[in-house]
Amino acid sequence: MSILEFLIPASEACLRGGPNDRIVLSSRVRLARNLTNVPFPSHSKKADRLRAFETLMPAVKSLPQLGGDIFYESMDRLPALDKQLLVERHLISREHAAKNAGSGIVLNRQEDLCVMVNEEDHLRMQALRPGLQLRQAWTAIDAVDSALQERVEFAFAERYGFLTACPTNLGTGIRVSAMLHLPGLVLAEQINQIIQAVNKLGLAVRGLYGEGTEALGNVFQVSNQMTLGEPEGEIVERINKVLLQIIEHEENARLSQMEKKPAVLLNHIGRAYGVLSNSWSISSKEAMNLVSFLRLGVDLGVFGPTPKSLTDELFLRSQPAHLQLAHPLREKLGSDERDLFRAQMLRERTAIIPKPDPQALLGRRDKESPE
Amino acid sequence: MVCQFCKSKEATVHVTEIADNKVKKVDACAVCAKEKNYNDPAAFAIADHLLGLGAAQKMEEASEAVGALSCDQCGYTQADFKKSGRLGCARCYDIFSEGLDSVLKTMHKDTRHRGKVPVSVKRAASGVQRLQRLNRDLQKAVAQEDFETAARLRDEIKAFKASE
Repeated sequence: MSILEFLIPASEACLRGGPNDRIVLSSRVRLARNLTNVPFPSHSKKADRLRAFETLMPAVKSLPQLGGDIFYESMDRLPALDKQLLVERHLISREHAAKNAGSGIVLNRQEDLCVMVNEEDHLRMQALRPGLQLRQAWTAIDAVDSALQERVEFAFAERYGFLTACPTNLGTGIRVSAMLHLPGLVLAEQINQIIQAVNKLGLAVRGLYGEGTEALGNVFQVSNQMTLGEPEGEIVERINKVLLQIIEHEENARLSQMEKKPAVLLNHIGRAYGVLSNSWSISSKEAMNLVSFLRLGVDLGVFGPTPKSLTDELFLRSQPAHLQLAHPLREKLGSDERDLFRAQMLRERTAIIPKPDPQALLGRRDKESPE
Repeated sequence: MVCQFCKSKEATVHVTEIADNKVKKVDACAVCAKEKNYNDPAAFAIADHLLGLGAAQKMEEASEAVGALSCDQCGYTQADFKKSGRLGCARCYDIFSEGLDSVLKTMHKDTRHRGKVPVSVKRAASGVQRLQRLNRDLQKAVAQEDFETAARLRDEIKAFKASE
């Protein structure tokens, strides 16, 4: 079975919701683990990598926590496009997509548990949840980790904790992160202040695909940087607290924009709607940035009953691999053809969205105090 | 362009650092650059990028502290560590431990692990502790000439060792 057949279609995948999903798109907890007595993947010869692969793949595949229905594959057997698809779904890292023989992936049916074998560490396992559900994600991946510890021996030192290829992951090996949609803070030009404040708390703010990537579509990823000297539960709670504050700031920024500059807000949302529903050629970057304002419009009630799952679907389907794999003839599209096909998809899908209703925004302003 | 440090020689090393959103530009001649540790900007940039600002300097110190060590298990050298900011295998953490603490201090909350411990390690640790406690109690009992308790403890230790 190919990964495209296994994955839940974009339109369905986006129906999944969770607490605070107006702003928090997804939560993730990742653990890094290594085997004892096998060099770390970045420094091991092919034979060593294959040894780790042969040990870990069967141990992971049969975990009861993953359920019986799983997708697993060696990275050399996945076409580049399929790997890109997994990156766009945030199931594997861009680094892992570049891997070949000796590296692998195991994914469960719900697409909320994904294990990368021989990424930078022998194991990078992650639990994903829609909305703000860091605790749930931690509990899920903690269980996977404990079950694996009954099957394989992880490199661990009493003093340093779990040993990782890069000392930045040492100790707990945990990376707790959430994907946030922050158009309000961007429009209010407060985003840099927030990023700086969050950085001061020892948390990192990154773009859509993690380290070294742009914040396309006003999507930011917040994660912990320190992994040693603080228990997992405390790290999760600390980030959770910070995220709740960012959510509050984003909501406040949206409210104050609505009160002070409704025309600016409507202009952004209206233009986004106009371009997305009328363009005949559009790049993924432009599309994603505009879909962000469409989603903001949906959040603010400007598009009537339009669900945000639709805008999330457009966001996902605008990305290159999703677009290419949706092409009926499956022929390899050049970048110009992709822009044409993307515009067509967006025109068709936005046709069901009603025209923006300014009253939803302006009317609200006239009321005394809506909340 | 003239070197900003000695203000005489031609500046041939140009480094741009961004820290706390402030851009700091350094233009130095080869001699001053070496003196001020700007001789290998690429290595610094990589380490800083990977480990956070300030880590590069610590790594430099750390790799000097460990000298020309290499890992007996995977062959990783201090030069590899300096270059990549990563270690080669679990054993490397023993080999390069000297100096590692100062690196860890710059990037983590503490230099000692708190948090999850593998079940196997926990079991082993609790076993060792229990044995230590029993032995201590036994010695105390013998010293106090409480032979009844001593006999019971002796049997308990025997049984515990057999069950291990």
